[in-house]
Amino acid sequence: MTTMTYEQAMEQFDPVFGIEVHVELNTATKMFCGCANEFGAEPNTQVCPVCLGLPGSMPVTNQKAVESAIRLGLSLGCSIRESSRFARKNYFYPDLAKDYQISQYDEPTCFEGSLDVVLDDGEVVTVGIERAHMEEDAGKNTHKGGTGGIQGADYSLVDYNRGGVPLVEIVTKPITGMGARTAEVARAYVATIRDIVKALGISDGRMEQGSVRADVNLSLRPRAVAGESQDDVPFGKRSETKNVNSLRAIERAIHHEAARQAGLLLAGQPVIQETRHWHEDTGSTTPGRSKEEAEDYRYFPEPDLLPVEPSRAWVEELRGTIPEHPAKMRARLKEEWGFSDTDIRDAVNADALSLIADTVAAGAAPQAARKWWMGELARTANDREVALASLPVTPAQVAELQGLVDAGTINDKLARQALEGVLAGEGSPREVVESRGLEVVSDDSALEAAVDEALAAQPDVLAKIQDGKVQAAGAIVGAVMKATRGQADAGRVREIILQRAGVEG
Amino acid sequence: MGAARDWTRATAAQMAAAMKAGEVTSVELTQAHLDRIAAVDGDVHAFLHVNAEGALATAREVDEARAAGEELPPLAGVPIAVKDVLVTQGMPTTAGSRILEGWEPPYDATVTRKIRENRMPILGKTNMDEFAMGSSTEHSGYGPTRNPWDLERIPGGSGGGSSASLAAWEAPLAIGSDTGGSIRQPASVTGTVGVKPTYGGVSRYGAIALASSLDQLGPCARTVEDAAYLHEVMGGHDPMDATSLDEPVPSCVDAARQGREGDLAGVRVGVIKELSGDGYQAGVEQRFEEGLEKLKALGAEVVEVSCPSFDYALAAYYLILPSEASSNLAKFDSVRFGLRVEKSTVEKTMGATRAEGFGDEVKRRIILGTYALSAGYYDAYYGSAQKVRTLIQRDFAAAFEQADVLVSPTTPTTPFKIGERIDDPLAMYLNDVATIPANLAGIPGMSLPSGIAPEDGLPVGFQILAPAHEDARLYRIGAALEKALHDDWGGALAAQAPELEVAP
Repeated sequence: MTTMTYEQAMEQFDPVFGIEVHVELNTATKMFCGCANEFGAEPNTQVCPVCLGLPGSMPVTNQKAVESAIRLGLSLGCSIRESSRFARKNYFYPDLAKDYQISQYDEPTCFEGSLDVVLDDGEVVTVGIERAHMEEDAGKNTHKGGTGGIQGADYSLVDYNRGGVPLVEIVTKPITGMGARTAEVARAYVATIRDIVKALGISDGRMEQGSVRADVNLSLRPRAVAGESQDDVPFGKRSETKNVNSLRAIERAIHHEAARQAGLLLAGQPVIQETRHWHEDTGSTTPGRSKEEAEDYRYFPEPDLLPVEPSRAWVEELRGTIPEHPAKMRARLKEEWGFSDTDIRDAVNADALSLIADTVAAGAAPQAARKWWMGELARTANDREVALASLPVTPAQVAELQGLVDAGTINDKLARQALEGVLAGEGSPREVVESRGLEVVSDDSALEAAVDEALAAQPDVLAKIQDGKVQAAGAIVGAVMKATRGQADAGRVREIILQRAGVEG
Repeated sequence: MGAARDWTRATAAQMAAAMKAGEVTSVELTQAHLDRIAAVDGDVHAFLHVNAEGALATAREVDEARAAGEELPPLAGVPIAVKDVLVTQGMPTTAGSRILEGWEPPYDATVTRKIRENRMPILGKTNMDEFAMGSSTEHSGYGPTRNPWDLERIPGGSGGGSSASLAAWEAPLAIGSDTGGSIRQPASVTGTVGVKPTYGGVSRYGAIALASSLDQLGPCARTVEDAAYLHEVMGGHDPMDATSLDEPVPSCVDAARQGREGDLAGVRVGVIKELSGDGYQAGVEQRFEEGLEKLKALGAEVVEVSCPSFDYALAAYYLILPSEASSNLAKFDSVRFGLRVEKSTVEKTMGATRAEGFGDEVKRRIILGTYALSAGYYDAYYGSAQKVRTLIQRDFAAAFEQADVLVSPTTPTTPFKIGERIDDPLAMYLNDVATIPANLAGIPGMSLPSGIAPEDGLPVGFQILAPAHEDARLYRIGAALEKALHDDWGGALAAQAPELEVAP
């Protein structure tokens, strides 16, 4: 086998790829039962006869999950099937309670869509969507001792909390013609899906917790020779790399697979159509089971469930709830707010974009809104280890706080104290300012008295000022601010000092 | 005053009335049935588990509530037997399989819950063919049930335990499940009454699934009226069963009452041409004809209807049922409940557990179903079977244009001997030829006794079928026919069964 780099592989071959993204929905309950759908609980505490597959139990479809799936489908430009049956995918595995997975097979609710993906340089690539269908997740096996694999472990533990969690699987059509940008497009596509599900509010979109997972299919075919269209060259054999769970890993997995396959092909060896496992530590893949010996899932329509039959009226109602495409919204806000690329990217990564937008809508200037959410509030959220949106302060309150600053009622330092009060549940910014007595002192006679007192205490400083060293006034400003517990307008204090010293500012 | 009344010979309706009148208590009734079980079940083997203490505890509570003047449901205090297909908290549930030996479910089926809410003492769990696969109860993992009419003969299946418990006077009411006739065929061969409601009329939640698109729970009793009371207890919408009908429970009791008035003027009764002739025992046909004469005498108009697709019903059924069953039974994998035969790997453990825990008939159907659903065979087998199903539904729709109810013998023959067909699955399957079409179409059906075949002295069943949602029609026509027959016989047919030997 010849060793190749990704770039060399992409020069020699024409890559074709496709991506399956599994999105875990954040519905309150599971897909087919009333158990809580929450990440991180003690093993086997969120289970019932239905998701444990106990004899006699029966599934009932979670309508909220159907709603989420349809909204996602609409966001991907999909058509919504008028009637779609669930199917049973039959296979034995200890984490699959019923030994079949309820999934949609030949009748996905959402089909035939497309999604615009914006690359870093602004180029837009349109990705064809084959389908987006609903299914249930399996539980989680942990193999202990021995080899740590299912066959060689001393024993295995199964946690069924995840069993029955609602998933939507989004499958792209084959994506061709991307050449060396393949890895970048793949990454941008998954990032866009993640942004969309977050904007829809149907998933927390946390790849590190597995709530958005990707399987990457890749094959290479020879470059068309002169006079031949690339479209006429048949696809090569593909590998399917499972559970690639970060944006960076998607790029790396494609780099690795392209180089691996190119190496095989150049050495005259076949690429085997197979499932491969991604290893984050080594940045490489290893074979899973081969598709040739793939199981026959014996799909048939799930007789325990009625077909999903959303009314046209409901679908149209849901269409009205679809938020703007995240990339378009970003471009628009960047323009409207005068943000830099970094400002926007940071805000997106901090999940602050909609909070900033709401704060702006409530009357704050965009930069001021950004400053609060990306500064003081981001730090607080980080300290408390909570999401920004779950801090006990609303965008309207942040706008109110900024309004008080803009009106000169409080300065920045007092505003931070007021915010602290808001976060402590003491009331609205105005209420906190009042109850804590945070308003700036704008009464000149009080300030003059404080200045006089400070000057009298530091006659050497007064001498320096009068000597022309105006910057020495800073020490007096500091003393006055201290004496007024920060509630003085520092600019006004400075003016008074210079006045008293008989120097022009 | 002579010997104390034997309450086990009363109907459920009579028991309910007697309790209300203060003539008997639920504890007395329940104890009488428990005594009867102790006396005869060694021979009959209708029960896999007897819930003596639990039943008596419920009975005591009912008696106390009644004494305190509490308003009680109609069947409160009337004891009942429950087919072991239904999960029951606090009682083992096996579905007749060794793979579930000793399993105590952590939850109640919806129908179990309704029985408890209606405060009916549960006498125990009745025997059945393993996972309801069979027509004789010979495929139970715990040994066969015997027909109280002749202990050498089968009591039908899969619900042979429930029907035999009625015929042996061990219970006045029982729960059954009917996938291809498992309520109606046992009723037929034990001289009792059994009803398969419209698909979705009774919640399946907590009934261990055989074939989900065919399974339906229903009442078993000795009279049509008793079945009607139990039907109303069991029926109704259940949010836990997505296929359960969201419509009111049919007025079965009222319909039965109306039927007993004996006026069937204007009712059109269709005789299904295809369910007679070859393979039908002479005495069975004779009693069926007599039943038709009774209906005519009550004013009904009898017409002949044809359902040509019924010829393919059995074949379609034996593709759909095993296909669904092969998937439904996959969960018996040793991981979470039931039997586990430990081997070196999880796959070997699953395999060994299933090899040991499942009986031959279950394995046969799992293999059939797995094959029928395989890639490349799906369209030819499962797909074609579903098309036949549609044709059968059309046949019924056309027939119900001509008739209000359809009738046939419930089974082609009276009960055969234990062991007679155990090695001939096809002969066994033929037993259900008249009952299967109703399951494929989802329509309701009833079997009630129409007499004794002269050639062997064994009971014969009369089947009535109605359009979907029209369960009440079964009770009206059934009660009318039953009354006419009882007037001739001087009481229920079960009273003509030979007395069982009572254990000392």
